[in-house]
Amino acid sequence: MESLTNTMHAVPLNHYILLSTIIFAIGVMGVLIRRNAIVIFMSVELMLNSVNLLLTAFSVYRGDATGQVFVFFIMALAAAEVAVGLAIIVMIYRNTNSIDINVLNRLKW
Amino acid sequence: MDKYIWLIPILPLAGFVINGLGRNSLSKSVIGFIGSLIVLVSFGLSLAVFFQVKSTGVPINVNYFTWFAVGALKFPFAFLIDQLSAIMLLIITGVGFLIHLYSIGYMHDDEGFGKFFAYLNLFVFFMLLLVLGSNYLIMFIGWEGVGLCSYLLIGFWFTNPDYADAAKKAFVMNRIGDLGFLLGIFSIIYVFGSIQFAEIFPKAATMKSGAGPLLIITILLFIGACGKSAQLPLFTWLPDAMAGPTPVSALIHAATMVTAGIYMIARSNILYTLSPFTMELIAYIGLATALIAALIALTQTDIKKVLAYSTVSQLGYMFLGLGVGAYTGAFFHVLTHAFFKALLFLGAGSVIHAMSGEQDMRKMGALKGKIKTTFTTMMIGTVAIAGIPPFAGFFSKDEILAHAYAHSPIFWAVGVLTAMLTSFYMFRMMYLTFYGKFRGTHEQEHHLHESPPTMTIPLIVLAILSILGGFIGVPEVLHGHHELAHFLEPVFHKSNEILGEHHLSESLEYALMATSVVLAFAAMAYAYMKYAKNGSVPVADTEERPALTSLSYHKFYLDELYDFIVRKPLDWLSTFFYNVIDKLGIDGLVNGIGRGTIETSKGLRLLQTGNVGFYIFIMVLGIIAVLLYSVFGLTKI
Amino acid sequence: MTVSILLFLPIVAAVITALLKNGIAKHAALFFSVAQLVIALIFLSKFVPDASTQFVIDVPWISSYGIYFSAGIDGISMVLVLLTTVLVPLIILTTYQHQYKNEGAFYGLILFMQAGMLVVFTALDGFLFYVGWEAALIPIYFICALWGGENRIRITIKFFIYTFAGSLFMLVGIIYLYLQSPDKTFDIHNFYKMTLDVKHQSWVFWAFFLAFAIKMPLFPFHTWQPDTYTEAPSGGTMMLSGIMLKMGIYGVIRWMIPNAPLGFFHFQALAMILGVIGVVYASIIAFKQKDGKRLVAYSSIAHVGLIAAGIFAWNIAGVQGAMIQMLNHGINVVGMFFIWDIISRRLNTREIDQLGGIAKVAPRFAIGFLIILLGTVGLPLTNGFIGEFLLLKGVFDFSVQHYVNLVLAIIAGLTIIFGAVYMLRMYKNVMQGETNPLTATFADVSGTEKFTLCLICVLVIALGIYPQPILHISEAAVTQLVNQIGSKFTM
Repeated sequence: MESLTNTMHAVPLNHYILLSTIIFAIGVMGVLIRRNAIVIFMSVELMLNSVNLLLTAFSVYRGDATGQVFVFFIMALAAAEVAVGLAIIVMIYRNTNSIDINVLNRLKW
Repeated sequence: MDKYIWLIPILPLAGFVINGLGRNSLSKSVIGFIGSLIVLVSFGLSLAVFFQVKSTGVPINVNYFTWFAVGALKFPFAFLIDQLSAIMLLIITGVGFLIHLYSIGYMHDDEGFGKFFAYLNLFVFFMLLLVLGSNYLIMFIGWEGVGLCSYLLIGFWFTNPDYADAAKKAFVMNRIGDLGFLLGIFSIIYVFGSIQFAEIFPKAATMKSGAGPLLIITILLFIGACGKSAQLPLFTWLPDAMAGPTPVSALIHAATMVTAGIYMIARSNILYTLSPFTMELIAYIGLATALIAALIALTQTDIKKVLAYSTVSQLGYMFLGLGVGAYTGAFFHVLTHAFFKALLFLGAGSVIHAMSGEQDMRKMGALKGKIKTTFTTMMIGTVAIAGIPPFAGFFSKDEILAHAYAHSPIFWAVGVLTAMLTSFYMFRMMYLTFYGKFRGTHEQEHHLHESPPTMTIPLIVLAILSILGGFIGVPEVLHGHHELAHFLEPVFHKSNEILGEHHLSESLEYALMATSVVLAFAAMAYAYMKYAKNGSVPVADTEERPALTSLSYHKFYLDELYDFIVRKPLDWLSTFFYNVIDKLGIDGLVNGIGRGTIETSKGLRLLQTGNVGFYIFIMVLGIIAVLLYSVFGLTKI
Repeated sequence: MTVSILLFLPIVAAVITALLKNGIAKHAALFFSVAQLVIALIFLSKFVPDASTQFVIDVPWISSYGIYFSAGIDGISMVLVLLTTVLVPLIILTTYQHQYKNEGAFYGLILFMQAGMLVVFTALDGFLFYVGWEAALIPIYFICALWGGENRIRITIKFFIYTFAGSLFMLVGIIYLYLQSPDKTFDIHNFYKMTLDVKHQSWVFWAFFLAFAIKMPLFPFHTWQPDTYTEAPSGGTMMLSGIMLKMGIYGVIRWMIPNAPLGFFHFQALAMILGVIGVVYASIIAFKQKDGKRLVAYSSIAHVGLIAAGIFAWNIAGVQGAMIQMLNHGINVVGMFFIWDIISRRLNTREIDQLGGIAKVAPRFAIGFLIILLGTVGLPLTNGFIGEFLLLKGVFDFSVQHYVNLVLAIIAGLTIIFGAVYMLRMYKNVMQGETNPLTATFADVSGTEKFTLCLICVLVIALGIYPQPILHISEAAVTQLVNQIGSKFTM
């Protein structure tokens, strides 16, 4: 554990932050720009994972395991989410023959 | 006697209640009997009070109860009977009784007989309250009360919209004056801390002449007097008030109510004496009113209108008297005027009665032989008002004129000119009515008859009073004692002291008297030549008149002027306020806020596009904004 | 004996009445309201006319927030309790000729409204005051919305939102005072003791002012009023104009000025001018109104403007004038609306121009109309005079003391001229002149109508001839209040 911490410290924390920010931004852009529901879904996963990365990095950096516990929770949650989300997407596809989210605009004024 | 004073006003009030409730159930003779008798009893009581005051010379003060109290200020319901109010009591109940008596005959065929007597009794009640009050508030109750009765009686035949309008006009114009009176009362309370005459006047007497508060108070009270006593610029209601039955015109609009303003100023004489500016103003207004009303009277063709303008003119005379400090003279004229003007109005009523309701003098003529009593008594009244000695009007008018001369010869000149005009239009009225040829219809001629005794007896009594009334005030120049002046001395004592005696030499006074008498005769002679001898008749309404005549006939277009500068703008303002400011402006704003909310929400609703991508985009923008704010915002960008 | 019986009886009565069938409900309502009047008179007989608050009830209500059910009667409240308990039976009597559908609900709501108003007039706790204030609003909303005229829904919603918006400001003010109070209660006496600075008092002043100005209504917050008065059923109009608007005036005397005296004195001139403008403005508008009810509505704005001006003058004459004028205005305005109710029920119109000559065919009605009219224009020896006299005197004294001239008093005084103009114009056009085919068959009043009209006329004249007893009730309380505020915070 000690050595691992040292190894980690070899890479400055800033790099982790930068990396996860980039990944998060990609995820955000993906959600904003793409219209395909599956791609959006994957972008969401991307954001979740960037956060996971950051949590882990901080956790190790501070020598506090709480952050990594969070990561496990998030992974479990993400798995559940994928299950439910994909099910929804399948239902949408069955109903509209498309997974373009712009078709789903009937919930308005 | 003090114990029974409350009966004097209460009796007519009881008469009002009885006649009012029994107007449909009691017979006409019962109503007429009760209505008149009650006033007669009041007259008897007034006589007793009068002689008590005369013999003791001490005013009677009776306090009944506190009407209401606010803070330290108490408004007592109390009566004060001094020399001034004692004489007024006699005029009101005495002349009032005669007119009640007259009304029994005059109103006999009217279906509103009971109502008429109820109103008349109510009027007497309020008028008595006005003169009996020992403070301005009680006076104000009476003041407004007589205004109400005037309204009710002018609009007695309310099914005629013109009459109803005349009643409304009288009430509203009186109210303009009443506002002045009310503000005057507030000023008095503010300055003197009391409204009791007995407390105000001694305090006022110690103030120095021309003091600001006194000026404001006197002007405000004078506005009140202008409304009630029909002075410029508020006199136009009085001629219209002739819409009421003739006894009403005699009682309210000639003998009593319209002299309330003079009574009020005479009552407050010390306040006026100490504000010379107001005195001057009163003199000018009085003079202008007297002259203008006389000019209008010259060309009127309605017999009652002539008398109405004559009343306005005579009231102007009284105000002139007040303005030049002739308080006794002005009050003397109130007294004599009550006799001869009531007589003239009742006479005119008798003429109208004989002519089956005709009031236009152009349709009369040659009535002299047909209704002798009416003619004789009216002639006495005319001679009295024209100022021909030794009839009543001469003495009172002469006293005012003498004071006016002492004040300024110009006042005197205008006064005498007015007196001459008075003599002319009064004789013109007499000649048009009683001389020449009969110009009415055959039916009217057939019906011509002298009035019943209930109507002629009051005429005869008033005629006697018009002949003899002047002798209570024969001036010392004519070797009299001026009983009235001595009697009223306690009331005007302070004022007379401040104003001082006017000194006209004996020969000058004779000259002044002679001038006015000669001019009065000359005017009479001219009227005789023109109307009796040559038999000229005023032209019909359809024909052209010369410009000046037309101006006079149309009352100098004053009604139209008021219409134009007061009524029209107010009506316009009313429409403008309602349609523009209220509906569009204020309510528009209120509704605008409501509509604005609806419109805004209509707009904002469109943000809810249903497009998930758009929502997310907005959400991200929001998050970025929050981030930026939390990073930079707190440390000030 | 506490005031609680006065507050709870009408609620019980309202519930019972609401359950009754048509035909019985109005009699029950009349019975209950007369019972209420009798109770109020018993209170009056035991009332000691000094400055103290009597018949106090003070029990914890929501104690965690310092809210007490606290109510009592002092001189000022007593007059208004009288007003409410006298007018409600009178109003119920005036509606006797109507056959309302669902009568039980109608009269139940009126009684419930009475309860709300009595709470307002007696509350000594800010929270309770607010509850009463809103509780009185809800019934009148339903009365207008269910039994009103053609445009009732739109008008009623506007009325409700407008007044409700105003009272929310007041709620804010009350809560603010509560938060500032040292021991965190809504007790009015606690509020009185606080001394905030001018700035904060100004906010409190405006919060209360908005609520009360809308309720009264004061120019320029009055536009809901003519519409609502016109559309509401006559009983509702009478409740609104006769009693409910007095809640606003009462609020000014009891809650606004004593709670924010510095703020009030800061804006006194402005408030005064608004009142006086209202007098002239509404009177002028009333000149040309064609709808009788609307004319009376505008005349009511003018009268209330004068009452407000008298209070804002904040001297004994002005406030005492306001006290007695509240009672008298209530009687007169109920009378006026009753007159118009009679006319519109007979002829199905309120257009003044279509009428005329009614006095000829209905002399008894004409006499009643005239007496009420004279009371409204404030003729001496009718009830309207004394109030108008004192109010104008109050305005006059204020005017002289603060501006050394009479302008304000003269403008306010125009009311006695203008009032005569529009009232007599109305009387002339409706009652005088010749009859037309519409009015020729006008039936004179009889039965309940005659009785009610007589009752109103008797009140008009009796209170005009001897007003001192009523003035006496509130004298001590008003004097104490005025002097207290005046001496503590003179500018």
